[in-house]
Amino acid sequence: MDALTIHRLHFAFTVTFHYLFPQLTMGLALLLVALKTMALRTGDEHYNRAARFWARIFAINFAMGVVTGIPMEFQFGTNWARFSKYAGGVIGQTLAMEGVFSFFLESSFLGLFLFGENKLGPKGHWLAGFLVFLGSWLSGFFIVATDAWMQHPVGYALGPHGEILLSSFWALLLNPWLPWQYLHNMIGAVVTGSFGMAAVGAFYLLVKRAERYGQTFVRVGVIAGVAATVLMLFPTGDQQGKNIAFHQPPTLAAMEGLFKTEAGAPLALIGQPDVEKHRLDNPLVVPRALSFLTYQRWKAQVRGLDAFPPDRWPDNIPLLYFSYHIMVGLGTIFIAVMALAAVWLWRGRLFAQRKLLWLLMLCAPFPYIANTAGWITAETGRQPWLIYGLMRTPEGVSPHVSAGNALFTLIGFMGMYVVLAILFLLLVYREIEQGPEAV
Amino acid sequence: MQTIWFMLVAVTIAVYVVLDGFDLGAGIVQLLVARTDGERRQVLRSIGPVWDGNEVWLLAGGGTLYFAFPALYASSFSGFYLPLTMVLWLLILRGISIEFRNHIDSLVWKPFWDVVFGGASALLAIFFGAALGNVVRGVPLDNANEFFLPLWTNFGIGGAVGILDWYTVLVAVAAFATLTAHGALWVALKTEGELEQRARRVAQAGWWGLLPLTVAITWCSFAIQPRLSASFGARPWGYVFPLLAVAGLVGMRALHRRSIAPFLCSSLFIVGMLTSAAFGLYPYVLPSNLDPRLGLTVYNAAAAQYGLKVGLAWFIPGMLLATGYFVYTYRSFAGKVALEDEGH
Repeated sequence: MDALTIHRLHFAFTVTFHYLFPQLTMGLALLLVALKTMALRTGDEHYNRAARFWARIFAINFAMGVVTGIPMEFQFGTNWARFSKYAGGVIGQTLAMEGVFSFFLESSFLGLFLFGENKLGPKGHWLAGFLVFLGSWLSGFFIVATDAWMQHPVGYALGPHGEILLSSFWALLLNPWLPWQYLHNMIGAVVTGSFGMAAVGAFYLLVKRAERYGQTFVRVGVIAGVAATVLMLFPTGDQQGKNIAFHQPPTLAAMEGLFKTEAGAPLALIGQPDVEKHRLDNPLVVPRALSFLTYQRWKAQVRGLDAFPPDRWPDNIPLLYFSYHIMVGLGTIFIAVMALAAVWLWRGRLFAQRKLLWLLMLCAPFPYIANTAGWITAETGRQPWLIYGLMRTPEGVSPHVSAGNALFTLIGFMGMYVVLAILFLLLVYREIEQGPEAV
Repeated sequence: MQTIWFMLVAVTIAVYVVLDGFDLGAGIVQLLVARTDGERRQVLRSIGPVWDGNEVWLLAGGGTLYFAFPALYASSFSGFYLPLTMVLWLLILRGISIEFRNHIDSLVWKPFWDVVFGGASALLAIFFGAALGNVVRGVPLDNANEFFLPLWTNFGIGGAVGILDWYTVLVAVAAFATLTAHGALWVALKTEGELEQRARRVAQAGWWGLLPLTVAITWCSFAIQPRLSASFGARPWGYVFPLLAVAGLVGMRALHRRSIAPFLCSSLFIVGMLTSAAFGLYPYVLPSNLDPRLGLTVYNAAAAQYGLKVGLAWFIPGMLLATGYFVYTYRSFAGKVALEDEGH
């Protein structure tokens, strides 16, 4: 393997592992605020106890997010030095703002939220929880703003030595790419959080333990989940697709496996892209649907990969195609599961429907897969660019860090993260096993 | 404008070292002073609500360095590739040892994480000291202002150096002694009885180690980095920074029976030493040890003016806000820790 491949794998591996945790942090933060609000409104200690139980899982998850997050900021400098040197004046802004505006907020008030319930009183404790939520969602905003700039660079000028200079701060924060990508991402986090909460609730109901808590968790999870899964598809997913169609047309063609430009282009549901022969094998398609979804006209022309020079094609079309289809496929299934659960909840019979509870419990890992697949779609879709249209990926790497050194640290991270994953699963399992009545 | 950002980054890093320094130090001394599980818990409780926030200063400092001096961030982080990655591993191990220790009540689980916590804290103090030593000594920057340093070569300090040579090891040992004393004073401040007394004795022992080390690193730094004497010679008002350090060091000993005063003096000592180094190197932020004309300065490493100007507009209110949270958090958890408190 050459150094570039290892540096790319290094970032891909560490960021993929890292993002397993913040998605639950951000989703659960919203649901914790919901539980604390119910406690404040009803004065029922039950909701405070429920919040305390989830706060314990939240704390374990948050710690994992923090310790795996620090390497992300450092890696821009260690592994992608040329990228940092040329673009640091722009993306450093949003990354530094994340530290200043969200990490301080999050970490200070999480300490108070976990250790200070008696000192703060009910309203103060609610506020601490709300500020943790605000901090985590601001953090997401600055990270997505950074990525949005790499996907669709705005507000910059080129300096005398080829460096990229910030020319408009507001253009960076009001990037048209940013709002839909941010909402799509954050609602994806709520999907993870609500499936997680519903799954733990379903588990308690199935094993007939802590059943009142089980009902609360399922109810909150399903109500949040049905809203979030629908919003994931429309409008946020739809609008994000349009962003790609208008600003990264070769990426759209590769995601959809559309090799040839067509009027009335079909939407491929299933199929395997054959990049050598420029075709989709074993396709199952909805005729003309891609044209309609992109341009709202059944006969509109959609540009296929043949409309672009191959050096502008994403460099891993099959991975891009599959991750996109996995994300959309799972997203569709999530809507069906949550809608079904919501109907039974509304009719007041969900808690006795063991089959449906089983389904809710077994769904818990899949939002992680869908969110990960979504990010793989975004990042492999950006290739071959590191900054779309401005800097190609090989130009950004650290020139003096050899393949051997990079492989050494990649192996180190892999070993360390295997240990972390085992510890995380063990501790969360113990918390669920001890149950909400123990806190 | 570049100079303002140089000062802001220096202050952020100094605050980081003072704050995370005491919880790193607490990690080092807990192995020495705490004998029972209850005492270990007390030490952990003294940093539990704040260590994570303290570490955020590192991220804020890193982020600020990134956007204000991108060329420095790129060059130093890729050049110190191996030790920085190891720092990340140590930060990971240390973070999870604090958070996970009290989840399982077992005679295997807890002592294991105590040793991980202590070991990672000690190594981090040593790594940070070595990093400071490298910055003062200079690194072999080439014409593109890039370099790559192996971990060690022949332990000399000229030519093809490694991250570790006798000078950087000396600074590392001094950093270890500084943070040990600093952490011991924090533990003494936050605990009572036998534990407090033991922590005070560790702080005193640390101080006697610190005294000759401070003299030694000061003398060696001036000997190997001529920029230092040039800076202090050209702007004698800069002697105020070493004087702060001396005042802190003297105060640590003279006021050692008071409760909060010795901890504040040790903070002053840290700030004085770091600002002295920053003042002495200015305008260099990463000197070259090959050719004094090469090297990164606040001018050739800084981002463009526009970015620095808008950065100021959000950085200052943002940091004031952050300081507000800190004051509030520390006040909420003021006083000695009691074991019956809530929390994990």
